[in-house]
Amino acid sequence: MMASSYSAKEEDGHHSGPAGLGAATRTRKPDNTAFKQQRLPAWQPILTAGTVLPAFFIIGLIFIPIGIGLYVTSNNINEFEIDYTGTDMSSPCFNCSQNFSWNSTTPCKCVLSFYLDQPFESNVFMYYGLSNFYQNHRRYVKSRDDSQLNGDERSLKEPSKECEPYRTNENKPIAPCGAIANSMFNDTLDLFYINPSGSKTQIPLNKKGIAWSTDKRVKFRNPGGSNPNLTAVFKDTAKPVNWHKPVYELDSEADNNGFINEDFIVWMRTAALPTFRKLYRIIQKNNNMTPTLPRGNYSLEVTYNYPVRSFEGRKRVILSTISWMGGKNPFLGIAYMTVGSICFFLGVVLLFIHHKYGNRNNSSDIAS
Amino acid sequence: MTWTNPLTLLRQGWTRHWNPERPVRTVVSNLPFEDLKKREQPNRQYEGNAIKTNKYRLWSFIPMNLFEQFHRMANIYFVGLAILNFVPVVNAFQPEVALIPICIILALTAVKDGWEDFRRYQTDQQLNNTPCFIFSRKQMCFVERRWKDVRVGDFVRVLSNEIIPADILLLHTSDPNGVCHMETSNLDGETSLKQRKVVPGFSTLGEPFQPHTFDSTVVCENPNNNLNLFKGYVERPDKRRTGFGIDSLLLRGCMVRNTDDAAGIVVYTGHETKSMLNNSGPRYKRSKIERKMNTDVLFCVVLLFFMCLIGALGHAIWLESFPSIPSYIVPDSNGNYTPSVLSGFYMFFTMIILLQVMIPVSLYVSIELVKMGQIFFITQDVELYDEELDRRVQCRALNITEDLGQIQYVFSDKTGTLTENKMVFRRCSIMGTEYCHEENAARLAVINGANEEEEVTIYQQTKLPSLFPLEELQDIHTGDENQANAQVTAANQRRSREAAGAQSDMAFSSPLETVVVPDRKLMLEVDREMASIQTGPYLDFFLALAVCNTVLLSSVTAQRQRVKGRRSSSYSGGSFHNMRQWFRKCGLGKVFTSMRFFKRRGETLRDPFSIDEDESDGFHSSDVSDATGQKDISSERKVKSGLSGSEEMCYEAHSPDEAALIHAAKAYGFTMVERTPHYVTVKLPDGALLKFEVLDILTFDSTRRRMSIIVRHPHTKEIIMYTKGADSAIMERLGNVFTDMSQVYSEAKQTAVKTQRDLDMYARNGLRTLCFAKKVISEQEFRAWSALRQEALSAIDEKEERLMETANFIESSFTLLGATGIEDRLQESVPETIQALRRAGMQVWVLTGDKPETAINIAYSCKLLEHEDLVFTFSTNRKSVFKMRVEDTLGELRRSTLSPGADPQFRGYSSAFTGPLMEPSIGLVIDGSTLSMAMSDELVEQFVELCKHCRAVLCCRVTPLQKSAVVKLIRQKLRVMTLAVGDGANDVNMIQAADVGIGVSGQEGMQAVMASDFAITRFKHLQRLLLVHGHWCYSRLANMVIYFFYKNVAYVNLLFWYQFFCGFSATAMIDYWLMIFFNLFFTSAPPIMFGIMEKEVSDSTLLSLPELYKRGQHSEGYRRSTFWIAILDAFYQSLVCFFIPYWTYNGSDIGIFAFGTPMNTVSLFTIILHLAIEIKSWTVVHWVIMIGSVLVYFIVTLAYSAICISCNPPSDPYWIMHKQMADPMFYLVCILTTVVALLPRYTLHVLRGTLAPSPHLRARQLERLSPSHREQRIREWRGLRDTCISPSPSA
Repeated sequence: MMASSYSAKEEDGHHSGPAGLGAATRTRKPDNTAFKQQRLPAWQPILTAGTVLPAFFIIGLIFIPIGIGLYVTSNNINEFEIDYTGTDMSSPCFNCSQNFSWNSTTPCKCVLSFYLDQPFESNVFMYYGLSNFYQNHRRYVKSRDDSQLNGDERSLKEPSKECEPYRTNENKPIAPCGAIANSMFNDTLDLFYINPSGSKTQIPLNKKGIAWSTDKRVKFRNPGGSNPNLTAVFKDTAKPVNWHKPVYELDSEADNNGFINEDFIVWMRTAALPTFRKLYRIIQKNNNMTPTLPRGNYSLEVTYNYPVRSFEGRKRVILSTISWMGGKNPFLGIAYMTVGSICFFLGVVLLFIHHKYGNRNNSSDIAS
Repeated sequence: MTWTNPLTLLRQGWTRHWNPERPVRTVVSNLPFEDLKKREQPNRQYEGNAIKTNKYRLWSFIPMNLFEQFHRMANIYFVGLAILNFVPVVNAFQPEVALIPICIILALTAVKDGWEDFRRYQTDQQLNNTPCFIFSRKQMCFVERRWKDVRVGDFVRVLSNEIIPADILLLHTSDPNGVCHMETSNLDGETSLKQRKVVPGFSTLGEPFQPHTFDSTVVCENPNNNLNLFKGYVERPDKRRTGFGIDSLLLRGCMVRNTDDAAGIVVYTGHETKSMLNNSGPRYKRSKIERKMNTDVLFCVVLLFFMCLIGALGHAIWLESFPSIPSYIVPDSNGNYTPSVLSGFYMFFTMIILLQVMIPVSLYVSIELVKMGQIFFITQDVELYDEELDRRVQCRALNITEDLGQIQYVFSDKTGTLTENKMVFRRCSIMGTEYCHEENAARLAVINGANEEEEVTIYQQTKLPSLFPLEELQDIHTGDENQANAQVTAANQRRSREAAGAQSDMAFSSPLETVVVPDRKLMLEVDREMASIQTGPYLDFFLALAVCNTVLLSSVTAQRQRVKGRRSSSYSGGSFHNMRQWFRKCGLGKVFTSMRFFKRRGETLRDPFSIDEDESDGFHSSDVSDATGQKDISSERKVKSGLSGSEEMCYEAHSPDEAALIHAAKAYGFTMVERTPHYVTVKLPDGALLKFEVLDILTFDSTRRRMSIIVRHPHTKEIIMYTKGADSAIMERLGNVFTDMSQVYSEAKQTAVKTQRDLDMYARNGLRTLCFAKKVISEQEFRAWSALRQEALSAIDEKEERLMETANFIESSFTLLGATGIEDRLQESVPETIQALRRAGMQVWVLTGDKPETAINIAYSCKLLEHEDLVFTFSTNRKSVFKMRVEDTLGELRRSTLSPGADPQFRGYSSAFTGPLMEPSIGLVIDGSTLSMAMSDELVEQFVELCKHCRAVLCCRVTPLQKSAVVKLIRQKLRVMTLAVGDGANDVNMIQAADVGIGVSGQEGMQAVMASDFAITRFKHLQRLLLVHGHWCYSRLANMVIYFFYKNVAYVNLLFWYQFFCGFSATAMIDYWLMIFFNLFFTSAPPIMFGIMEKEVSDSTLLSLPELYKRGQHSEGYRRSTFWIAILDAFYQSLVCFFIPYWTYNGSDIGIFAFGTPMNTVSLFTIILHLAIEIKSWTVVHWVIMIGSVLVYFIVTLAYSAICISCNPPSDPYWIMHKQMADPMFYLVCILTTVVALLPRYTLHVLRGTLAPSPHLRARQLERLSPSHREQRIREWRGLRDTCISPSPSA
């Protein structure tokens, strides 16, 4: 027994040896330290109405102004949204939406006109919005090869398995591979201001700076390092099946072409929810005197390529100014105000309770 | 270890293959073959003596440990999921990454297992390297080797107080009678010495043993685990056979005692020894919370199933809803689309993978960690440390700490558990005259009352060289009583110190408690008789005391050789010499020589408890060169009594009672000085030696309840039988005193009546009583009986019965000599402890083998029964009578309890205030035979119901088996948590039957401790162990488990809600690595810390308000409702954590992982702050861990999203966290969500704290008051409670 039952032996108290040796030199007496005796000084809050009252009031008093601030900020944001899906017979884009094929070579164009009843003062962000588009589908989300997009030569030649079935086409590796790239949004949107005189002025749309700068600089890189000749770099690759042009022809400017094309980068950052918008262009405010988009009539010229009928999706164009809190969304402001009010109300209730019951407890505590 | 290495099995199979069908083992001496190679050795097929209890080897650790871990369901589940992830159609994550959590969990467990195994390996190594003596042919003497070198067929010599390295057939001892004593307490916990006999014919007495002349063959049975059976024979070259049995086998692990040296041939080694075969590993108990938790895990499985089902159906329906296949549905690699029903089916499994954390696998690991921490703190508790024994509380069962907080029934042994089990001779009655020994009583009172301060000063006094010799002390007790008392006190204290660690060494011969100050009146009587007639009842009485026992003597020299740390692993082999050197250098000689007493010739005895340091050093060195030449770390702890010889002796008694008696006899000058199998020598007060020839001993057994010794008086040559036994066992067998009316007997009758009266008085005073009787047997009668006895002894059939019959035959018609009353003192604070346990709502039962009177008395003195209690005593032999009484009592009880209109069902803890007012509390006393009737099938229900009404139950005269039966009965019938506490071998059954078994390591060996889950040293420690640690462990663990469920559900649900917005495609919006980290690093430490360190109410408050314990008893910390509330809260919080960010970001251009980041952060805050609401006391550790967790989250997440550009392909966390943290919206969302998520729980806590404060909250409020206020409040509270709770035993 003693020979082997380790637990028995270990615990039966003879480790330090019996009296002869152990007692004088070391005992098994536990250290009398605060930690080992579980006597560490402690803060022991007691949650009663009396003690937490201030917390509720403070939360209420802080939240309500924040909520108001948020709400006002959100309301100050100008936002204009126009749906150009063309499901309605009356819509100018109806025809385009009907005869669709990914492979149609002739672009279908349609023009929508709209009226802005408020001038957009600061920089205006132009988004395209898609709804019912599940960019967050699991298989879709992972159908990409990040190392390929990062400029890795090997991945360019041999894209990741995740890209299947958009990995190779006619025995050539697809660049960029995968379903996300393959389904890239390819409508072109142009915005014209219709002068009161009737003439159209094209509004300059800035296509730089719409993607995250880190994405553009670090995450996405063209293969071949600094080789400016993208055509040569992408020589042995195939374009994604649904694309009309290969990746090196996405833009004319060298620093916005290939994998570092900003439209492409924006698309590749998959949206969290099925109804989403993505930044398309930025309309810079060019002088302080006139608003960026004055009040008036506008026309939107759409090169309609992107099919959404298969999933009953909608396509929209959104024009929005932006504040520190992003786009227009009254929710947070309302939520803050509500929660603040609830907390305040609870505070009042607790104050009542505290007066009615808490005092009784306390007084009896002291009285006894 | 029950574990057998597969390799060992294989090897065993192999060996078996080699010698098939050999029921016996033949062993020859190894000596002639000493120089041969191993394969030519005759005993080569037997295993070596090295033991290996560690399961793993270095190379086999990983596969074997994995194999073992996969026996756990949870691990299989997770590995199954990880494997599922490798199936392409259903995988949710990168398959390799999905392996990480399970790998980490397996690795953690493996590290823990490995560490434990390494500890086992170390102890094995220590044992294997213990030195021993093996005969070597080359050197023709015994040489020092290691245990592991011992092989079957070797000759091994064991010295006194050494541990036997293997099973050895005894061939030689230094004892002139050819016997060797062995202490088996390591094996069976019995502290009595066992006698072993030499196999005759191989060594001559008095001559050194010569193993090289051994040319016989030993044939014995194959190894088995029967400790009491062994047979075989030795066959000599001339074919003569000598048989032997178990009484010639020295067992491994036992210790040779009282014999200078013993030698023999090794027959079994290592794992084949009887002790190793008897060894079973630690037990695994499953605690109540764990059982409950497992059902809740099942609920989680069901929940998970439904969530996955929703996911699967949702996915199929979602797919069906499209008129044509949308561009974002990715076909498989062949370009085909899976039918929606099939994808739905696949999705089910994918969902399981995604939501796997719903089943909290980390919970099991965390619980193990938490329990380790809890055990650490329990063992570290300085209040549970026993200064005297230098022993902490031991936690032997590692996984039932929280059961300590849920105990409802406590079953306690009496002797040694409630009492000290240090017997003190208090009173005696001889020939009907009572001697009350009041001086002795006064001395004992002083021992009890001695306080610490006195002890210190007097202790220094005792160090002075000239001390009052003991005789002197006794003489002067009237003159300077204080001094004498102080002396005794100091010595007592000193002894207790000294005995530290030696307790388990069975020292029943405890010194001062057994030193008896003789009664002067009685002393005079004895002197008178001694002087005049040399015979008489007084002499007979003391002779009976001195002779009629099985006490053995051991000499001090034998003691001195005791190797230290016999039970421990602390002999470090060869380093002994170094160690001694070192100690000498350090001048620590006194350490070794403590407690060595010498009687100087011609002088009176020195105070045996003093230490003379100057002297000891000299003695120490002389010791080293002592003839024995043994390892000399002397730590004798026995008390020496001065004898006329040059040697001091100490008594090694079987039971404390015997020790008390023999010391009492000694006090009156009747000293047993020698005991051999055939003679007992007693020194009379006048110095004469009486050498009795022992003709027979009828040993004690529990049916006869007496023992007798038949001796021949050296002078008169009369054959006398001295008997001692329980009063009933003796009284009914006194010659026909009560029936015979003749004149001769009237005096005897008078004596008997008076003695009986005294006995009753003793019992009332709680003394243990024994009767002594004598019988003179005529020569013929004895011869006739002896023949019968021999026949019975050699009988094969019904041996027991026949032996009993013969014993009963001779043990009759006694002449009563007298009776003794021995006190077994109550341990300190026993009444307080019992009262506290009661207050805490525990029912305390006492189960004892003692007789009812003594037991009842103890029960009163330890406040188990109160004087105003209504006590029912059941002691009958007739079932019908018993049945009637039980029914009557029950009827009465029902009437009385129902009349106040209180339904017993509603008298729970919460309704403590509404309970009925005063109602007599009921005690039940039942004896063993009645108990067995009560537990018969037809009465058991009524009995249990009766017990429910009783506040205290006292079972007397119960056997060990009955003890465990009672525990099992209550445990099963009432479905309550039971705790059994006991100290002796007779409590082992009970300890094992109860939910929690507590061993009191005390006087009676280690067996109870070995069987227990927790081992304490004093009964009073139970109070702290249960009320403080039990309560803490329970609330900590319960809260932690609940929190764990909550945490996992809350987190997993985030993913689940997202499925509604991603087409049920099992997308995770949180990076997978961060999800793993979340569970592993960010939120794992706080709950573990919570489980280890949470302290709702301080220990002092818990001790002063035992009522708080009831929460655990009623499982209020962890109920089904608690679980569901936690789950509901988790659902609510996850909804909040999902939908506030959702509405904030809906319609914006947010990316998946940018969307997940605030959710992840918010749930971190929520989960951490949720815990913060639950934490009741914040220490530095709490702050560090809580804040640390949050910091770690941000640091890790920031680092990860800065580094990881394309390392985890499906997700792209790159720079997301930075982007988010630069956005004020992120903080606004985080703050709002956290507040909304926690608001209900917080408010609820506040409202509950204000409107309906729980007793715990009120106790916490008390802690804030000033000490005096608090005292007063507690008293008020308890006063209020007392009136309500105490009369409702069924509460």
